[in-house]
Amino acid sequence: MNGYVSSAAGPVARLIEEFHKLPGIGPKSAQRLAYHLLRMPAAQARTLAEAIVDVKERIVLCSACQNVTEIQPCRICTDPGRERSLICVVEEPLDILALERTGTYRGLYHVLHGVISPMDGIGPEELKVQELLQRLRSDEVREIILATNPNIEGDATAMYLGRLLRPLGPRVTRLARGLPVGGDVEYADDITLSRALEGRQEVQG
Amino acid sequence: MIRRARLYKTEAIVLRQRKLGEADRIVSLYTPNYGKLDAKAKGVRKTISRMAGHLQPLTRCAVQLAQGRSMEIVAGCQTIEAFPALRQDLERLSCALYAAELVDRMLPERVEALATYQLLLDTLHRLEAGIDMELALRYFEIQLLGQAGFRPELEQCPACGSALLGGPHRFSVTAGGVLCRSCADGDVEARPLSIDALKALRLLQRASWPEIARVLPAMSREIESHLRSYIVYVLEREVNALAFIERLRREGKGLPVEV
Repeated sequence: MNGYVSSAAGPVARLIEEFHKLPGIGPKSAQRLAYHLLRMPAAQARTLAEAIVDVKERIVLCSACQNVTEIQPCRICTDPGRERSLICVVEEPLDILALERTGTYRGLYHVLHGVISPMDGIGPEELKVQELLQRLRSDEVREIILATNPNIEGDATAMYLGRLLRPLGPRVTRLARGLPVGGDVEYADDITLSRALEGRQEVQG
Repeated sequence: MIRRARLYKTEAIVLRQRKLGEADRIVSLYTPNYGKLDAKAKGVRKTISRMAGHLQPLTRCAVQLAQGRSMEIVAGCQTIEAFPALRQDLERLSCALYAAELVDRMLPERVEALATYQLLLDTLHRLEAGIDMELALRYFEIQLLGQAGFRPELEQCPACGSALLGGPHRFSVTAGGVLCRSCADGDVEARPLSIDALKALRLLQRASWPEIARVLPAMSREIESHLRSYIVYVLEREVNALAFIERLRREGKGLPVEV
């Protein structure tokens, strides 16, 4: 087995194997990356190595919102310009980047680090749900916006959290569903289209 | 296996999805004529995908498949039924996911499955309606076991073949049915089965759904627990969706739950 590494020299073989473990990297790409590194100036390779070590040693989860951060609590949680009574719940840290790009949301976040998936045996105990409940107990929260993905797992997670959070007081909302920009009414699925009809709005301008 | 054209159309129920690469997914489809098959759906993780919404798990759709080298590729897809009520109720959703998971785990790939397809579709309709869900699930379980070749033997002792006369009865997962009194003594793992539960199981196995819906036999935890341990024995593994169903039950009763 592992015929693609066996003929390479020891350290090179190890590097190929490590690259091969990364998502989306097949055996050929792993070889190419390893030999590219081999030809790279030593300083540049060292910078890469340090960046990898740094990210593992200096990045922690924010004690409040569970986002990845190097300062504790994270920049968003300590920003005085943010509305503290608004929490947007997302599946992954990358979702925060997407929401921040819009520039329209000024509240705080909470990262679940996953999503309830009954068929894969992933339940709420594997997500940062307890941490979210803790925040509700200690802070004055007016509204929770559930920004889980609009699919089966995201639906299950949103419904489960809705049940859990509603009795605690805050308004619990979910991101609207509708047609995406650049989309096509003709190809829209039934559920999206009926939600888009329900959420139709007065034409502006 | 039925020979398929390079590009062919079929009806399908989407059982589950998993991510593939940057923007693709592999969807597990359950089809009447080709049974269970995996297909690659390209680009469905992009927001403007024309197929993503039609390929969500628990959607009944008409798909156009292209034969790929290792796996079919979804060339087109149109929803037939989306079961919207299933998606807006946590109990219905978890029960439907459980049904889909059982079909996914118990049936072989690419074997014609008209009866099982119809059974799954009927069960989804029953769960979508949201009435008699426990009954619908028990009926689904015992019928699915039968269709998959694991029909529990409820009429005569699976060990010695003698007719089951008088109780007490014991259900043995290893023997695959209800043991007679003398055989039950030798099987330490067989669990007691009440006469009411045995009668209800027999009815579920023999009767059609309209008859069962008319009689409405009482479903007990005992029946559920026997079927469940038999299913786990047959699959040689736990059914993932059950843990979530159990959690919803406990929380619904207001019992303390460790999150």
